[in-house]
Amino acid sequence: MTALTSRAASVPLTGWIGMALIALNLFLFLFGPMLAPYGQEDIVGVPFDPPQPGHPLGFDQNGRDMLSRLLYGAQTSIGISLAAVCLSFAIGVPLGILAAIRGGWLDLVLSRLVDTVMSIPVLISALVVLQALGSSLPVLIVTIACLDSTRVFRLARLVAQGINVMEYAEVARLRGEGLAWMIRREILPNVLPPLVAEFGMRFCFTFLFVAGLSFLGLGVQPPFADWGGMVRDNQQGILYGLYAPLFPAAAIALVTIGVNLTVDWMLSGRTTVQGDNR
Amino acid sequence: MSDDILQIRDLRVSTDSGVELLHGVSLDLERGEILGLIGESGAGKSTIGLAAMGYGRGGCRITGGTVQLAGKDLASCTRREREAVRGARIAYVAQSAAAAFNPAHRLEKQIIEAPLYHGLMTEAEARAWMVELFTALGLPEPETFGRRFPHQVSGGQLQRAMVALAMACKPDVLVLDEPTTALDVTTQIEVLRLLRDTIRKYGTSALYITHDLAVIAQVADRLVVLRHGQEVETGPTQQILTAPREDYTRRLVSERQASLSAPAGAAHKTGQELLRVEEVDATYGKAPVLCGIDLSVKQGETVAIVGESGSGKSTLARVVAGLLPPSRGRVAFDGAALPPSYRKRGKDLLRRIQLIYQLPDVALNPRQTVAEAIGRPLTRFQGLTGGANRAEVLRLLDQIGLPAEMADRLPGALSGGQKQRVCIARALAAKPDLIICDEVTSALDPLVAEDILRLLRRLQDELGITYLFITHDLSVVKRLADRTVVMQKGRIVEEAETDRLFAAPEQAYTRGLLASVPQLDPGWLDSVLTAP
Repeated sequence: MTALTSRAASVPLTGWIGMALIALNLFLFLFGPMLAPYGQEDIVGVPFDPPQPGHPLGFDQNGRDMLSRLLYGAQTSIGISLAAVCLSFAIGVPLGILAAIRGGWLDLVLSRLVDTVMSIPVLISALVVLQALGSSLPVLIVTIACLDSTRVFRLARLVAQGINVMEYAEVARLRGEGLAWMIRREILPNVLPPLVAEFGMRFCFTFLFVAGLSFLGLGVQPPFADWGGMVRDNQQGILYGLYAPLFPAAAIALVTIGVNLTVDWMLSGRTTVQGDNR
Repeated sequence: MSDDILQIRDLRVSTDSGVELLHGVSLDLERGEILGLIGESGAGKSTIGLAAMGYGRGGCRITGGTVQLAGKDLASCTRREREAVRGARIAYVAQSAAAAFNPAHRLEKQIIEAPLYHGLMTEAEARAWMVELFTALGLPEPETFGRRFPHQVSGGQLQRAMVALAMACKPDVLVLDEPTTALDVTTQIEVLRLLRDTIRKYGTSALYITHDLAVIAQVADRLVVLRHGQEVETGPTQQILTAPREDYTRRLVSERQASLSAPAGAAHKTGQELLRVEEVDATYGKAPVLCGIDLSVKQGETVAIVGESGSGKSTLARVVAGLLPPSRGRVAFDGAALPPSYRKRGKDLLRRIQLIYQLPDVALNPRQTVAEAIGRPLTRFQGLTGGANRAEVLRLLDQIGLPAEMADRLPGALSGGQKQRVCIARALAAKPDLIICDEVTSALDPLVAEDILRLLRRLQDELGITYLFITHDLSVVKRLADRTVVMQKGRIVEEAETDRLFAAPEQAYTRGLLASVPQLDPGWLDSVLTAP
């Protein structure tokens, strides 16, 4: 218990702010649509009307309640990013560790494949795939996850290589342990800290990427609300000095800042090299 | 009093998180004196050495006391004043010279940098002084030696160049932190002599930090014994060695002379051959490391393989373990040919040969508890699960002398000696016939290493295990091994019963190796050097 309190005491202010922002967004993700006073497709006012009683954030370009759309959008935006990041880790981490343990031609094939994919700008690959297959939620998530998993693969492989040459991994091999044990019990627990940090970073990138795709019209399709799409829909407002586009943009900023602050704090205590028993 | 160049009074150093490392240490260093600081790891030796320069090592601060260098308190003066003193009046020699030199610059550039920076000499003077130092330190071609890059000189030469670097400003005080620990015994003896003679010649004072009592006995005038950040005993070297007052010092001194119980376990020695290595060659890439190795190990026997770094002794261990398939030759185990790669060896063969490593820190998975680490081989090799597994883990812990509550700890919560015991228990869990011990005591403090050796010996008596003992430490060999194999440059130089080898070595190389082992007698260094 004392260990826990002393750990809590060592969290800097920025860490607390980050975690508070994450908690807030998590809350919106889980309960957003229930809290929304209006439906996301309901036209209840005049387009681009400023904030007023009953509509604290005003209206969007079609006269829909901005607050309600933000709350609905939280689920879509955060949900897509979270699903995509989880999927990309589910693909990248096992393959990365496998490549590190096996080495040889398997490592060579996987690594060169990843290099090839990475040599094409992510946005362009995503645009091509989404253009060809049409933008539906599953396609969007799988596309982003596959493109992102290349980065995860590289990191997992690199860290796992460091662990794989440790003597405890050698002891396990000399014991004749199978691949599953090597990955799950010897390597994975030790590569977890950098991977968790990477998870936070990748979530941010994915979030912005989804927002970017929506902005370009290839992400979430109207009338469903999502934050990136909302920025695009309301962009004309900027020309007239209106509030409307600022709210979804601010929501995006808050999520990424929150995750970034938290990851920074987690990383700052984790700079020790693997194998260091702390 | 007036003659003390360095005076440390009631020095306290704490980490940033508030743990106190030094609990008020006081010491005096007279002009021209060599003061030895000795103690096990964590005793605070290096912390004192750095604090003597007014420097708190990474994450530490000086929280109390004074460090007076020629009357000036380094602990309280300004940063600018401290910087003017460091390098110029007090200088530091680190354990690893390879890490202290910048590999991108020539030696001379780095050595004359400090006197020029501090404005103490002109470039020509600094250069001349450097050449003089090179000559005093016995470096080859002192005129041109400085033109070399750090990677172009040997480890022993680099260590000496580092002494030249430290002495470049003609400092009053040198702080030497384990300057010969990373060197081979034969190199160490030479560096030690030159170091001592150079310090004496120029009347420099020195703080000499080491964990090796025999080394410091050769160079120090007085000794300070440290433990847990406190001074245990101070006195002239001769007195500490011959008439230690404190119990801890006595144990430290007697550890070297102690011999383990006479080779017992004769009951286990069936005389049957367990391991046979025939004409084995091995290479790393294209570089040959082993050349025509023949070796035979009998059941219940302890065979030591000794040699300096690069002699191929660890490679031989890897060949036997199946980690490095030999490029030529055969290895047989218990009468049957041993598959070259561990991948081709069956579960039972893997069980019968176990390995214990030098560094228990990296030999134990930091995310597995002690019970998991020991329990896994029990599950794999003996099919024990659940309660039976747990019971066997506790029995093994008891056998290696660790309390049962250690079972659920992670390695990070154990000391070095405890970790090594866990590694031994993990090897025992497989019920092996042969345990390969690769420098198992090298990373441990002398008294802890002593305990580990006793444990290994006891286990041999109880279980009849055969040991293949890889080490560079001849005092370990003398106490533990039935037979000793001396290796040099990938070949076996000499092989004999341990007693006979130590009494009457046949080869010149073996004789040199044996003579290089530092003895506690302060006159040893001179006697070795005057001998032909």
